[in-house]
Amino acid sequence: MNWLHHLIILPILLPIITAASLIPLDERNRTLKGVIGFASTLIVFLLSVLLMRTVAASGDSGSGASVYLLGNWPAPFGIVLVLDRLSALMLGLTAVLALATQVFSMAKWHRAGHHFHSLFQLMLAGLNGAFLTGDLFNLFVFFEMMLAASYGLLLHGSGPLRVKAGLHYIAVNLAASSLFLIGVSLIYGATGTLNMADLALKISTIGPESRMLMEAGAAILGIAFLVKAGMWPLGFWLPATYSAATPPVAAIFAILTKVGVYILLRLSMLLFGSDAGASLGFGQPILLYGGLLTIGFGAIGVLASQAMGRLAGYCVLVSSGTLMAAIGLGNGAVIGGALFYLVSSTLTICAFFLLIELVERARDAGADVLAVTMEAYGDVDENEEEKEGGVAVPGTMAVLGLCFCICAILLSGLPPLSGFLAKFAMLHGLFNPGSFGGDAPVSGAEWTYTALLILSGLSAMIAMNRVGIRTFWTSIEGTIPRVFLIEITPVLLLLVACIFLSLQAGPAMRYMDATAKSLGEPQNYIGRVMSAPRAGPAGGE
Amino acid sequence: MELVLSAGIGVLTASGAWLLFRPRTYQVIIGLSLLSYAVNLFIFGMGRLRVNAPPVLEPGGTGGLLTHTDPIPQALVLTAIVIGFAMTALFLVVLLASRGLTGTDHVDGRE
Repeated sequence: MNWLHHLIILPILLPIITAASLIPLDERNRTLKGVIGFASTLIVFLLSVLLMRTVAASGDSGSGASVYLLGNWPAPFGIVLVLDRLSALMLGLTAVLALATQVFSMAKWHRAGHHFHSLFQLMLAGLNGAFLTGDLFNLFVFFEMMLAASYGLLLHGSGPLRVKAGLHYIAVNLAASSLFLIGVSLIYGATGTLNMADLALKISTIGPESRMLMEAGAAILGIAFLVKAGMWPLGFWLPATYSAATPPVAAIFAILTKVGVYILLRLSMLLFGSDAGASLGFGQPILLYGGLLTIGFGAIGVLASQAMGRLAGYCVLVSSGTLMAAIGLGNGAVIGGALFYLVSSTLTICAFFLLIELVERARDAGADVLAVTMEAYGDVDENEEEKEGGVAVPGTMAVLGLCFCICAILLSGLPPLSGFLAKFAMLHGLFNPGSFGGDAPVSGAEWTYTALLILSGLSAMIAMNRVGIRTFWTSIEGTIPRVFLIEITPVLLLLVACIFLSLQAGPAMRYMDATAKSLGEPQNYIGRVMSAPRAGPAGGE
Repeated sequence: MELVLSAGIGVLTASGAWLLFRPRTYQVIIGLSLLSYAVNLFIFGMGRLRVNAPPVLEPGGTGGLLTHTDPIPQALVLTAIVIGFAMTALFLVVLLASRGLTGTDHVDGRE
C-alpha cells in the first residue's frame, strides 16, 4: 500500500482544514483568505487530475476502482471511500468550477458578506465527499455538509430577495433530507447493510417481503436526489433560487444538481444493474419520463424567461433533465455521451452564470424594468454595482459579446463546440448501441428523447439570440460595463476548457465510454470494495 | 409496542406534513421539526423493536444478534438528530431574517 493510496482522502480533508483555518482570520484580510482558499482548491484540482490519470491508467486492465478503508475496518463493516473513473471525473469537474468561481468572487463578491471562503471550502469538502463515499449513510452526512454550506452561500450578500429564495430552498431541502433518511433506514431495515457494494450483492438474494421494503426505500431515497437534480414536478424551486444567488454562488451551484444526477447514476447502475435479479432496472421508467418532462419544462422555461438569470436557471433544468433521461434509457452507449454532456454543460452553465453578471452591469436597471416583467429584479443590490472602480478594459463589450456567443453555441448544441459533440455522442449511442446492447428497434421514448434533445437546443438558441440582440445590439447608448481582468479571466478559461474538450473529444470520449462500460459492469466495483486489503500487520500487507 | 411506535410516527408525520404546507414560517419550522422527530423514530424502528436488550455489550460476555439490539440505527439516529437540530437552528435564523426584512411572517415575504 503506497503513499499514493492515501491521496484519496485529501480532496475531503484539505478543504475542511482550510475552511477551519480561515475562520479565525480577520474578515478584513479577505484577499489573503481568498488566496489561501484558492491554493487549497488548486491542490485539490491537481490531485484530482493525478487521481484521474491513475484511475485511467489502471482502468484498461480491468481493475478500475481503488478503495480506501477509513479506520482500517474491513469493507462491509467500516466506512469506505471509493475512487473510480466516475468519481475521479466528478472531482476534477468540481475543482475546475471551484477554481473559476473563486477567482471571480475575489474581484468583489466575497466582500458582500462574512466567511465566504470558509463556506466555499466546506461545500467543496461536502461535494468531494459525496462523490467519493461508498456508503449510503456517509453520503447523507456529506450531502448535508454540502447543503449546509450551500444555504450559507445562497444567503451570502443577504437582501430580501435572497432571504426569500433561501427560505424556500432550505425548506425544500430539509424536507428532502427527511425523505433521504427514511429511504436510507428502509434500505437498512430490509437488507441490513449500508455499504453500496454490499447492498448490490444482497439485492439479488433478499426475499419478496423485504424486496418490497427495499424498493420502497430506494424510491423514497430517489425522490431526495430528484429534488436536488430538479426533476419536473420537484424542481420549481430551482430557477428562482439560482437567479437570486450571487453570481459566483450560482455558478458553483451548477454542480449541485449534478450531485443528484451522479448519485442517481451511481445507484441505478450499481444496485439495479445487470445483477439485480427481480429488481433489474428499477426506477428507470421514472427517470426516463421524468427526465423527458424536465427537458420539456426547461425548454419552455428557457423560451419564456426574460431575465438572463432565470434563463440560466432553466438551462440547468434542461441539462439535468437530459442526463436523467439518458440514465433512464439504460443504454451504456448513451451514458458515455451523457457523461461528456455533463462535463460540457456544467462548464458552460458555470461560465454563463458568471458572464450574466458582467453583461447585466451594462444595462441600466430602469430599462430592464420597462422592457420586461422582471418582478425578481427590483431588489438586487444596485449600490454595490455602482461603486466599484475597475479599469475599463478596452473593447469590453466585444469580449463579453464573444463570450456570450460561445455560450450560446455551447448551450444550444451547435457545431463545432463540445455542446454539439455531446449531443451527437448521445444520439449516436442511442441509434448504435454497439457493444453495449442488442439490436432492439428504437422505441417511442427514444424518439421522443431525440426530438426533445434537438428542440431544447433550438429553444436555447432562440432565447439566447433574443437576449443577445437586446443586450449587445439594441443598447448602443447603454453604459459600457467596468469589468476587472480578474472577472473575465475565469469566464474565458471555462470557455477555453469547453473548446479544449471539443478539440480533445477523442481521448475524452474514450475515457467517458470506459467509465460507462465500468458502470455497466458493477461486479468489478463490488469485488474491489469487498476484497479491499487492510493496511498494516492486521491486513497482512 | 409496535402499534404505539407506528401510531406515534404516523401522527408526527401527518401533523408535520400538514404544518409544512401552511403559509406561516413558524408553522413551517414546527412542521419540519415534527417531521424530523418522526424520521428519527422511524430510523430506530428499522433496527427492529426489542425490549430490555443491551445495545452493544453486556458484562461477562460478548453475546450475539439474538440477545442484542442492533446498534447501527442508534448510531445513525444520533447523527441524524445532530444534523437535524443544526439545520432547524439555521432555518430559524433565516426565518427571523426574513421577518425582519419583509415585515411579515408569510413564507413568500408578502401577504
